[in-house]
Amino acid sequence: MLHLILFLFFGTICVAGAINLLAQSHPINSALSLIVVMASLAAEYLLLGAEFVAAVQVIVYAGAIMVLFIFVIMLLNAGQEERTKGSRVAILFGIPGVLLGAVLIAWTLLYHASAEAVPIGALPGGPHEIARLLFHEFLLPFEITSVLILIAIMGAVVLASRPEAVAKRHPDETRKAVPELVGAGKER
Amino acid sequence: MTITTFIVISIVKSIAVIAVLLTAVAYSVWLERKVSAHIQNRWGPTRVGPFGLLQPLADGAKFIFKEDLTQPHVYRPLYIAAPIIALVFAITSISVVPFGNSAYIPEINVGHWFTIPEIETPFQITDLNIGLLIVLGITSMGVYGVALAGWSSNSKYSLLGGLRASAQMISYEVSLGLSLIPVLIKSGSFSLREIVEAQRHLHWNFFYFPLGTLAFFTYLISAYAETNRTPFDLPEAESELVAGYHTEYSAMKFAMFFMAEYANMVTVACLATLLFFGGWLGPVFGPPLLQMVLPIFWFCLKVFFFMFLYVWVRWTLPRFRYDQLMAFGWKILLPLAVTNIVVTSLIVAWRA
Repeated sequence: MLHLILFLFFGTICVAGAINLLAQSHPINSALSLIVVMASLAAEYLLLGAEFVAAVQVIVYAGAIMVLFIFVIMLLNAGQEERTKGSRVAILFGIPGVLLGAVLIAWTLLYHASAEAVPIGALPGGPHEIARLLFHEFLLPFEITSVLILIAIMGAVVLASRPEAVAKRHPDETRKAVPELVGAGKER
Repeated sequence: MTITTFIVISIVKSIAVIAVLLTAVAYSVWLERKVSAHIQNRWGPTRVGPFGLLQPLADGAKFIFKEDLTQPHVYRPLYIAAPIIALVFAITSISVVPFGNSAYIPEINVGHWFTIPEIETPFQITDLNIGLLIVLGITSMGVYGVALAGWSSNSKYSLLGGLRASAQMISYEVSLGLSLIPVLIKSGSFSLREIVEAQRHLHWNFFYFPLGTLAFFTYLISAYAETNRTPFDLPEAESELVAGYHTEYSAMKFAMFFMAEYANMVTVACLATLLFFGGWLGPVFGPPLLQMVLPIFWFCLKVFFFMFLYVWVRWTLPRFRYDQLMAFGWKILLPLAVTNIVVTSLIVAWRA
C-alpha cells in the first residue's frame, strides 16, 4: 500500500517534470526539470529494490552530467528562447504517435504481462550482485563499452582542440589559451 | 519494534542530529574566528559571553534582523532557491553518518496505562548498505546551489565565481570518489558502519601504510577543494571576485550559504573520521552508560581535530592560481588515486 502511494507520488513528479521540461522557454529551467526527472527516477529504482542503480543514477546523471549541462548554459549565457508554433510534422505525427505508444504499452501490460508481479528485492540490485554480474559474467561487454566510451572521449578532445589552430601557434601561446576559457583573465 | 516506535525514534533521532549539526556549524564559525585570531596574534571575539562563546548567537540575530535585499536585476525564482538548495543538500548528507555504537533504553512504565517499550537503536539516523554512495550523491547535488546562485545573480563577479566553483567541484569530485575506492576494496562494503567495524583493534585505514595513508591524503586534498576552502577557495577569492557566487546575497540568504559551507566541512570531517580514523572506535571502559557515551566522545574528538585542521590549513597556505588548481587536480591527484586503486586491488587479490 505504502509502496503504491510512493510509486504514484514519484511517478507523478517524474511526468510533471518531463512536461515542464518541454513547456519551459528558458534553457536553465528545462535543465532543472530534467534533474527533477532524474531524481524521481532514482526514487523509483529505489522502490524496485535496486538501491545501487538508484545511487549511481543520482551521482552520474543528476550530479555530474546535468551539472555540465548547467555549466554550458551558464558559460554560453543562453537567454530566453522565442516561442514558435513548432513544425507541422511534429503536430501531425507527434500527438497521434504519443497516443499510439501509450495505447500499445497499456495493451501489452493488460493482456501480455505475467500474472504475478515481481516482489521487491527479487531482482539483483545490491552492490555485490551488480559487481558480480559486471565483472564476472558480463566482463567482456563491460570492457568493450568502456573502450567505446574512451574512444568517444578522445574524439571529443580531438574535435575541441582544433589541431590546425594549435599547430600554428607558438607552444607558449597554446598554454596561455587555457585559463582564459574560465575567465580569470589574470597576469601570469 | 512496532511501526509507531520506529517512527517516533526516527523523528527524535533526526531532530537531535540536526540540532547538534547546526550547533556544530555555528560553533565551527566561532572556532574559525578564534583560532585564526590566535594564529595572527589577536584575541578574536571576546565581548559576547566568556571567551566570546555567545558570538554565534549574536551573529545569528544580526543575520535575521538585517535587511534582505533582492536586487532588481536578478532572476528571482532561482535567486531564492539557490541558498535553499545549497543548505538542504549540505544538511541531508548527515543522515547516514554513524556516530556511535548503539543506544539501549530499558522498559519504562509511565503510570498504569502507558509503557515505553525497551529500545535498542544505533546512533545513526539510518544505516543503509549504500551509505557512502548516498553521501557522495547528495554532496554532488550541492554544486547546484553554488552554480545557480552565480548564474541567477546576473552579475559578473557572481557568474565568474559560480563558473569557477562548478568547474572546480566537478574536477575534484572525480579524485574524491576514486580516492575512497581503496578503502571500499579493503572493507568490502558501502555501509559506513561496516567500514568502521572493519577497522577494529587499531587497524585504521590511515595506518595501512602506504596505501591507506596515500588514499587519506588524496581524499583530504580533494575534499578541501570540494568544499571551496583555502588553498582552493578561488570561487570566493575576495581580492579578485569580491565574494564570488554570493556577492549579491545579504542577510539570511547569505547566512544559508555560510551554513552550507560549514555543514559540508562537518560532513567531510565525519567521512574522514569514519573511513580512515576508525570512526567512534577508541578505548571504552566503565559502567554501561559510560560505555554508551564514550564512543560518541571519541567520534566528536576526531571530527573536532579535522575541523581544527581546516582552520589551521586556511591560515597557513596561500591560494592556488586557477590553472595550477586544474593541473593539480587532473594531472597529479587523479593519476595518484587511480594508481592507488590498482595497487590496492592487486594486493588484496594476491592475499585472497
